[in-house]
Amino acid sequence: MDTLGHLAHGFSVAFTPMNLMWCLLGTTLGTAIGVLPGLGPALTIALLLPITYQVAPEASFILFAGIYYGAMYGGSTTSILLNTPGESATIVTALEGNKMARSGRGGAALATSAIGSFVAGTLGTLGVAFLAPVVVKFALAFGPAEYFSLMVLAFITVSAVLGSSSVRGLTSLFAGFVIGMIGVDLQTGQPRFTFGTSELLDGVDVIIAAVGLFAVGETLYMASRRYAGKDEIVPLKGSLYMTAAEWGRSWKAWLRGAAIGFPIGAMPAGGAEIPTFLSYAIEKKLSKHKEEFGTVGAIEGVAGPEAANNASAAGVLVPMLTLGLPTSATAAIMLSAFQSYGINPGPLLLTTQADLVWGLIASLFIANVILVILNLPLIGLWVRLLKIPAPQLYAGILVFATVGTYGISQSPIDLVILYLLGAAGFLMRRFDFPTAPVIIGMILGPLAETQFRRAMTISNGDWSVFYTHKLSLTLLTLAFIGLAGPHIWAFIEHRRRSGPEHVPGDA
Amino acid sequence: MSTINQPAAPSRLAVPELLVGIGLLACAGAVAWQTLAIPVSPLYSKVGPTVFPYLTMAGLVVLSLLLILAALRGGWQPEEEKETPTDWKAMGFVVIGLVANLLLIRTLGFTASSVIMFVLVCYGFGSKRTLRDALTGLILALAAYFGFARALGVNIGDGFIENQLNAVIDAIIGALGG
Repeated sequence: MDTLGHLAHGFSVAFTPMNLMWCLLGTTLGTAIGVLPGLGPALTIALLLPITYQVAPEASFILFAGIYYGAMYGGSTTSILLNTPGESATIVTALEGNKMARSGRGGAALATSAIGSFVAGTLGTLGVAFLAPVVVKFALAFGPAEYFSLMVLAFITVSAVLGSSSVRGLTSLFAGFVIGMIGVDLQTGQPRFTFGTSELLDGVDVIIAAVGLFAVGETLYMASRRYAGKDEIVPLKGSLYMTAAEWGRSWKAWLRGAAIGFPIGAMPAGGAEIPTFLSYAIEKKLSKHKEEFGTVGAIEGVAGPEAANNASAAGVLVPMLTLGLPTSATAAIMLSAFQSYGINPGPLLLTTQADLVWGLIASLFIANVILVILNLPLIGLWVRLLKIPAPQLYAGILVFATVGTYGISQSPIDLVILYLLGAAGFLMRRFDFPTAPVIIGMILGPLAETQFRRAMTISNGDWSVFYTHKLSLTLLTLAFIGLAGPHIWAFIEHRRRSGPEHVPGDA
Repeated sequence: MSTINQPAAPSRLAVPELLVGIGLLACAGAVAWQTLAIPVSPLYSKVGPTVFPYLTMAGLVVLSLLLILAALRGGWQPEEEKETPTDWKAMGFVVIGLVANLLLIRTLGFTASSVIMFVLVCYGFGSKRTLRDALTGLILALAAYFGFARALGVNIGDGFIENQLNAVIDAIIGALGG
């Protein structure tokens, strides 16, 4: 029961008054930004990265983790009452949750999502505590070739499998690679992609990239789409307490959601989209109240996906902490926070930074408790945030974007880069390119390159290392299946339906 | 390759998407140009600093060709998105606000230039109460300035307003301490 000992130690770190305060601050802030449309945990953590210059690593990670979990709770409020999912993972919550709110059961929808998030978040965090040491043992057997292949698998799933189009997802990822390569090559000291300007020698800061893509891009997009019509807030009606019947319908959905969400989140491929959709499909199939789905709103359809979402958010921390492999934009930015402390997440993190990791895990349990308290009785307070008018909200977002960017170096060049990335972010939003793969590519690309070159140096330039090592070959095969599988499947389906008349090339 | 059942549909060419594809191809070109500019020592000929850039460039070329192909086949945007008109005026004011901020932040300082940006962006988004927006922007900018500059020690551009306020605060702290 080594893990229990570590956890006890973690709680002793997390329960200091200062760290509890950071946790409370993070969860409050996280809930607020989760509620506000257009803001997300990745952007918020990016804006707060400068605190890593001032604050101890334990404290800032407790703050970031609070924001991360808090945004999940707050996001469901917006999905249910405004039908505006802040991110792809909460789309499913909006499906049934908003229907419930419209038929006067908004209180119960909010309650089941908050309590379900608590149950799943707690189970997921337990999963992190017990699974992380196991993954570490496995990861210690990894060489550079395996690491590289694992990263390829992560790239493919994060950008190609999860989004709406694999071509556009991969384009975003490759754009991220280009941004990540700007600056001095760490192994040879050669400047790359600097276009001869000395300002680009240090590379593009993660803060600028995240803030440009998420904040400036989003603001430009919202401005350009003012004609698209406003979503109305459904007023909060009915009791916040669930009836016995609603409890009965919810609790199994929470457990199933957590059981689906955590393992998928914990895979090196990660992501919350697949588990939330899967959970929704399962709840719809198992429900005794199928007629409520899509009409008045079925509580299972909120409880299950919301639990899956939170459990997968916890799961994402497993590859991040044990392999240094972020599979979401938020995790990628947290990884860059580790880097700014000079800490490299990987198999040794759990032993070399025991205070940090176990303090962080313990604080996640505390964050879950705080979040249920913040989100059930105080829900009325958060709903008021939705009344902030769009002009002031977006203008304010831009002011904070300036703080985050200009504060790094007081260089107007940084603002120019910010605006250029903002323009790119606008185009991406307009033409339906996902933005998260850019951040993941930017942070993980250089790490993948390092592993790639390390593997090639060890093998004296022999490419076969990537396919003669069994584990590496398996990972690359999985990546290939992830990329080509859906196309091959569609091809076979098409062939079966249309018979031998099939026209090659349109699969 | 039988084309009997395949009606030619060149009329469904999607121009905006095509431009996106071509723009991306141009980006791949810029990557190629900058990769060629990386000096490589012969020692690193196998896995030097150019291998990854070349792989990235190749990937971008393939992806942009696929996007161009998709554009030739009618693009990928849903009808709903295409039919929503772009509000150029609102966007224009946001862009003016951003550029004003960029040009003024050095001379006026963070707070003053933030207020100007705030007002312009609010106006672009349709707010007509300019004076109230200016006040809101001022309060927000000062909160951001003191939150980051004084509490976290992040240096964001000092200007006239910040210097006056800092002097006042230091005087108050001095008076209380003395």
